[in-house]
Amino acid sequence: MTVKRLRGLLLSPLALLGGCHLVLLDPSGDVARQQSDIMIVTTIIMALIIVPVLIAIGVIAWRYRASNKQAHYDAEWDHSPQLELVVWAAPLLIIIAVGAISWIGTHQLDPYRPLDRVAPGKPVAADTKPLEVDVVSLRWKWLFFYPQYGIATVNQLAAPVDVPIRFKMTSDAMMDAFSVPALAGMVYTMPGMQTVLHAVINKPGQYRGFSANYSGAGFTDMRFDFEGMNTHDFDAWVAKVRAAGGELDTKAYDQLRQPERDAPVHYYARFEPDLYTRILDRCIDPGELCMSRMMSTDAGPPMQGMHEPPVHAGAASLVDAGKTVPAQAAAAH
Amino acid sequence: MPEAMPHRAPVWDFLFGRLTLDSLPFLKPDLEGRIVLVTLIVVVLGGLAILGFITKKRLWGYLWHEWFTSVDHKKLGIMYMILGTVMLLRGFSDAIMMRAQQAYAFGPQMGYLPPEHYDQIFTAHGAIMIFFVAMAYIVGLMNYVMPLQIGARDVAFPFLNNLSFWFTFWGAILFMVSLFVGDFSTAGWLGYPPVSELQQGPGVDYYIWGLQLSGVGTLLTGVNFVTTILKMRAPGMTMMKMPVFSWTALCTSGLIIATFPVLTATLLLLSLDRYLGTHFFTTGFGGNVMMYINLIWVWGHPEVYILILPIFGVYSEIVPTFSGKPLFGYSSMVYATVAIMILSYLVWLHHFFTMGSGADVNSFFSLTTMMISIPTGVKIFNWLFTMYRGRVHFTVPMLWTMGFLFTFTIGGMTGVMLSVAPADFLLHNSLFLIAHFHNVIIGGVVFGVFAAINYWFPKAFGFKLDEFWGKASFWFWLVGFWVAFTPLYIMGFMGVTRRLSHFDNPALQPYFIVAAFGAFLIALGILAFIIQIYVSIVRRKAYAVGGDPWNGRTLEWSTSSPPPDYNFAFIPNIHARDAWTDMKKHGYRRPLEGFHPIHMPNNTAAGAVIGVLSFLCCFGLVWYIWWLAAASFVGIIVATIAHTFNYHRDFHIHAEEVREFEHTGNWQAETQGARA
Repeated sequence: MTVKRLRGLLLSPLALLGGCHLVLLDPSGDVARQQSDIMIVTTIIMALIIVPVLIAIGVIAWRYRASNKQAHYDAEWDHSPQLELVVWAAPLLIIIAVGAISWIGTHQLDPYRPLDRVAPGKPVAADTKPLEVDVVSLRWKWLFFYPQYGIATVNQLAAPVDVPIRFKMTSDAMMDAFSVPALAGMVYTMPGMQTVLHAVINKPGQYRGFSANYSGAGFTDMRFDFEGMNTHDFDAWVAKVRAAGGELDTKAYDQLRQPERDAPVHYYARFEPDLYTRILDRCIDPGELCMSRMMSTDAGPPMQGMHEPPVHAGAASLVDAGKTVPAQAAAAH
Repeated sequence: MPEAMPHRAPVWDFLFGRLTLDSLPFLKPDLEGRIVLVTLIVVVLGGLAILGFITKKRLWGYLWHEWFTSVDHKKLGIMYMILGTVMLLRGFSDAIMMRAQQAYAFGPQMGYLPPEHYDQIFTAHGAIMIFFVAMAYIVGLMNYVMPLQIGARDVAFPFLNNLSFWFTFWGAILFMVSLFVGDFSTAGWLGYPPVSELQQGPGVDYYIWGLQLSGVGTLLTGVNFVTTILKMRAPGMTMMKMPVFSWTALCTSGLIIATFPVLTATLLLLSLDRYLGTHFFTTGFGGNVMMYINLIWVWGHPEVYILILPIFGVYSEIVPTFSGKPLFGYSSMVYATVAIMILSYLVWLHHFFTMGSGADVNSFFSLTTMMISIPTGVKIFNWLFTMYRGRVHFTVPMLWTMGFLFTFTIGGMTGVMLSVAPADFLLHNSLFLIAHFHNVIIGGVVFGVFAAINYWFPKAFGFKLDEFWGKASFWFWLVGFWVAFTPLYIMGFMGVTRRLSHFDNPALQPYFIVAAFGAFLIALGILAFIIQIYVSIVRRKAYAVGGDPWNGRTLEWSTSSPPPDYNFAFIPNIHARDAWTDMKKHGYRRPLEGFHPIHMPNNTAAGAVIGVLSFLCCFGLVWYIWWLAAASFVGIIVATIAHTFNYHRDFHIHAEEVREFEHTGNWQAETQGARA
């Protein structure tokens, strides 16, 4: 709890700066809060050496100014084994301390690692299913799939408080960074690749989300709202999205992926269930070769015993069936 | 897009490639066009004034024979410094435009720059400040000082040195031309794909070829300096007797040799993607953007140490000189420099902890990054202990050093904060990061360059720089830096990200206004620096000094100010570190008789010619003017071969001439040890 007190000490003078929330020092999600704690603790450890050095710079320069003839002057003094040992050892000790914290923290807060607590002292129960959100960054907006609910949204993300969230993320074209500073540190999204982030929000409220990696002319407006809600409000929100109707199918996605600046929030009551996988696998349109198949196709005719469908099976069957798969997601809820 | 222009006769397409009248932004009637037009008029008028002045004073012959074709490391060093200063004005204009945009573009107000233009400006600002300001300055400093410090008469390959300069110069010109002909990259200073792959038009190609030219120039400089330092030190100057600035020049040149080929190769792969449709960094067909980002930072991280190491060397010369005692812990300093050189290769991934590498990889790079702060911390302590028990004179170079110690220490701390991977997930790409690297690059490199200019200027020109304007420049820069970047540190904690062209949160506006005011203070600092140079030239008689105005400790202070073409009539024998202090202590008397002819390299026009041809080649490649690219490429080959048949490469300065200079040059009166 010392960190809490330190945080208070840090925040109180900074609060005077005028109405602005220093979200990195006071985040609302447990992951961001632990990252913030590490930032504050390591800074304090470094201050143990930085502050004395800053003072020493001023004191030594003033004391040994040329006009101060009282000060001891030794024109030959240029080494001292004891001092040099101190000079190497002092930063080494600080770095050992900071490095140990970083090593442990990097492993504990690895975005790929499922959460083991939702808040200090509140471990995740063994049977808890995290909220699954599949994220796609588009030019220049955000698409969120909720496979457990069968809904999808653009530029708005909601999650119930104190429930672990598992984000799986990819990008349509650019390299972006999924960033909600109040929730957890950012993670890049990249086309053809999937990154993962585990996080939890602990306080209801509206938070800023955005892309933190420059991606061209519309980058500035690539923002979304992140809403932390209590369970009741979240269910109501899901119902609202469902009620909005509309389906995100391949055609709608082709429309959606066109570059657009400052895109409005949009809801989809249903989506093609394998759409996220196909975005990730780079075979959205019928007939496109999936990345997961590409290398084996490149390698030549299939070997005995291997069958190589040239396009994504899902895409093919979807087209055959004339699409429209109803959202069957309630099953997961 | 130039490709989609109205049809014109094929002959025009052949002659001008994709260059059309629509590629000239200053002809466009919008605000951006107007800004470019006004800039163009100012540049043209200013350029005409300078050209007219040169013509009127009949200086063309002088400039050509004494400067442009010169292979003298001192003249090339000065030309690099001038290039750096001119490009500083350009890069800083970009900074002012960004600060103005961000202070103004709030809520419905989109600012005066549309994103496409704003993106070009931050890209140009970063690329120019690193490649053509910081690099030009440190290469200029190493060029001027290092051969003098090790008691050499020139670098190992004097013609190559001239060629390197022209490559860098024409790379800079290619960047400048993009302002008026076509556009510039919007992909950020490192040209990350996919933005750099997707941007149509010549912008990214300007970026690629400008960097290729200057990159080759820098690589050749690295080869040149390593050879010079290893092979041409004065007799008796063992490695551990070499001045620390020369040590840092050696380590930096080693870094250049090992890393600049990576830059060249990476940009070549990017240009293959852009020109020939390969797929190194595309998303499909086996390409991957992560490959580019890894490769560019394998160059990019050592690059920041390439910039800072020679500047550490500068401080290691200035602090002992103005403390009146030797550098504390010389060996520690050397080992720390070598340690930084090696470690700087092992940290590149800390620029993208958030890319999803996994905990083990991130931890490794987090630790290696932190380890760099240990030798860096040692250096700070050593400078402190050099002042300890000294007699510290707060001259202008020493003031810059004090500003550096204070500013850089804090910048180092914020750097370690960013190296803690879990914290970096929060701070990455935020304005905190921007504040951090400006903190170390301005507080480290820029302050060091100004310290070095004030310190070595009397050596190069025989008179000191004005103290008053020097101090004014220092205080404006120091205060301006903190006013400009403290708000960015704070906004970083608010989660404000970098490269935004407008804002929806009005609460941020006061911070950006303060930051813009800081930039204005820095502008006054730059202005004061220019006034300082001007005033000092006007009063050069009053400010004249001898060869050793600061009671210096290293060899460069043993010769005349400015030094003769041959630097040293007799190469001294070195018996100790701080060779000149040692010579003074032992009652050294400069020989005035018994001179020999001195073997020196001849000037050559080959570097200037190859430079122009390579500019034309790159310009042709940028605009798809294939005949121009092909013809000038052939020209480069022909000029290079022709140069190998130039047998008038060297000459001897007659002993009589040497004698004459040794009797009339600007030497230190033996008792003159006065300080400013």
